[in-house]
Amino acid sequence: MRVVQRVANFLASHLLAVYAAVALLYLLAPIAAVTLFSFNDPVGRSNYAWSSFTFDNWLSLFRDPTLVQAVGTSLRIALISTTIATILGTLMALALVRYQFRLRKSIDLFIFLPLATPEIVLGASLLTLFVTLRIPLGDLTLILAHVMFNVSYVVVTLKARLAGFDMRLEEAAADLGANPLQTFWRITFPLILPGIAAGALLAFGLSLDDFVITRFNAGQTQTFPVYVYLKVQKGIPPQVNAFATLFFFATVTLVAAAALLQRRRANLSK
Amino acid sequence: MADVDVRLVDVTKRFGDQVAVDGITLDVTDGEFFTLLGPSGCGKTTTLRMIGGFEQPSSGTIELQGRDVTNLPPYERDVNTVFQSYALFPHLSIFENVAFGLRRKHVKGDEVKQRVGEALELVQLVGYEARKPGQLSGGQAQRVALARALVNRPAVLLLDEPLGALDLKLRKQMGIELKRIQREVGITFVYVTHDQEEAMTMSDRIAVMNKGRYEQLAGPETLYERPATRFVAGFVGASNLLEGRVGSDGDMWTVTLPSGAVVRAPKSLGDIGSAGAIGVRPEKLALLEPGQESRGNRLDGVVVDTSYLGVITQYVVEGDGGLRLLVSEQNVDRTTRSDTWRPGERVALTWKPDHGFVVGDSAKA
Ligand SMILES: Nc1ncnc2c1ncn2[C@@H]1O[C@H](COP(=O)(O)OP(=O)(O)OP(=O)(O)O)[C@@H](O)[C@H]1O
Ligand SMILES: [Mg+2]
Repeated sequence: MRVVQRVANFLASHLLAVYAAVALLYLLAPIAAVTLFSFNDPVGRSNYAWSSFTFDNWLSLFRDPTLVQAVGTSLRIALISTTIATILGTLMALALVRYQFRLRKSIDLFIFLPLATPEIVLGASLLTLFVTLRIPLGDLTLILAHVMFNVSYVVVTLKARLAGFDMRLEEAAADLGANPLQTFWRITFPLILPGIAAGALLAFGLSLDDFVITRFNAGQTQTFPVYVYLKVQKGIPPQVNAFATLFFFATVTLVAAAALLQRRRANLSK
Repeated sequence: MADVDVRLVDVTKRFGDQVAVDGITLDVTDGEFFTLLGPSGCGKTTTLRMIGGFEQPSSGTIELQGRDVTNLPPYERDVNTVFQSYALFPHLSIFENVAFGLRRKHVKGDEVKQRVGEALELVQLVGYEARKPGQLSGGQAQRVALARALVNRPAVLLLDEPLGALDLKLRKQMGIELKRIQREVGITFVYVTHDQEEAMTMSDRIAVMNKGRYEQLAGPETLYERPATRFVAGFVGASNLLEGRVGSDGDMWTVTLPSGAVVRAPKSLGDIGSAGAIGVRPEKLALLEPGQESRGNRLDGVVVDTSYLGVITQYVVEGDGGLRLLVSEQNVDRTTRSDTWRPGERVALTWKPDHGFVVGDSAKA
């Protein structure tokens, strides 16, 4: 009886901590499983049951050339589409926040459409479009498709940042003799860089991860998610777990670095 | 003799249907401390922003040192601005903030260092070079903003309520500092404020603005002693306006008050028009026992309120006919509270006609 009481007391006073721990566990458990199974030595073709610990999968990371190529394609598509989307998105966000022009409200709405539309609809529509325009499916269509949805994420992320931007800083720069280009590179750009970086990071992750739209528009090109999907039937090789783990920790490192950088900036400009 | 640094010719600025600045024409001379004074929304900032090039006039021209700059962007004008919010660049050090203008002009490294050093010395912030704006107090940030503008040695410095964000004590202190710096560097200052005391203590000349135009442009003394309009009389210092039927008697204007009493002011003080008024500042009024002999203007009334303010005692006297007058008397002869006039006492108010002032018809609005 007294034990129950004590447990209840403990829960009452540590409710938030317990709740957070449970939530974190819920979020991290799948990733932990993926990581764990990258060290598994599977019996048979499927890597779903734990048998014994091994470093083999990591040492033979590059053994399957199709897998290596798929990872390379994914990274390449993500890099190119992120770069294009970040530049386009930054310019769009600047225009949308800064200037009053006709159709501004409608464009604001259009920006949200790719975020709100089901991916499967987007993927199918894009395929129709590419086929109608006779654009051969492959790297080009993939990049176009990824740029399309990534632009939205960059614009939305950056608009929030720009809304808080003090326009008088640009006036002050002009007052001190800086022309518009100098003002942009010396004042505006450094100050909105954290927003741009956040948008780019998000875009990169989404591009790397995208399956539905990619599956429709990839043609013969195989990305990492597509490779994994095609392997489900025959059994996913444990190297996939190793790559997934690698991606995860690379992303975490990047985000942590970005957060640290932001914090340092924020401290300085406080 | 002195050259004109800033010239506005019939400058108007409209925002939609709203007229923010309504046909202002004025000259600011070289080395002058010129102030635009007026209540909130009267168009001070808009006027300053047009001089700086941040706003295009709807009509009219702006000249800087004889050159028409109406259509030049800010970065091609030889003026610098101290913004009300300071607008320091948060990602740059104090040194780089101050050096920003010099770097745009491709001034050499050694000279940049020297001039930034001098500018920081001028505003007494040597040793703060490496800090970021976020690590400064309000007063320090204000001084950096000043140094950042002054270091470029502009022909004209524009200041938009630069002391607005500071507390009263710091504001007074910085005001004195600003005036000192202005004398030291000899740059023309165009200063915007809604604080009449600030304007009076610092300026050589003041344009008192109301609703997009200025009602009087004069030195502090003239503004105080001879306000030309009701608005100026009310905005710069406290005053009593005596309204009534306007008339003329030799070289004197007369105003017959509703009570029947007549007050006078010399015609040399200005034109009263047909609907003007005679005014008098509270400290120019003397309080007398009702029976006492007096010369000049005289009104009778009853003390309704007294406030002892240390240096002076302030009275509200209700004259016959319901007119309320503000009187301030120095606490020289009367040194304690018990000596002062008490509410309910009947008194006479008197002043010399040429201690009053005359406001004309204009700007009755
Ligand atoms: N960008 C703008 N768009 C529309 N109206 C404006 C704009 N800027 C100023 N105004 C209007 O013009 C008038 C004058 O504004 P201004 O900022 O010059 O006043 P101010 O004298 O500086 O007042 P304050 O002492 O409050 O700063 C105001 O009525 C204001 O609402
Ligand atoms: Mg203003």
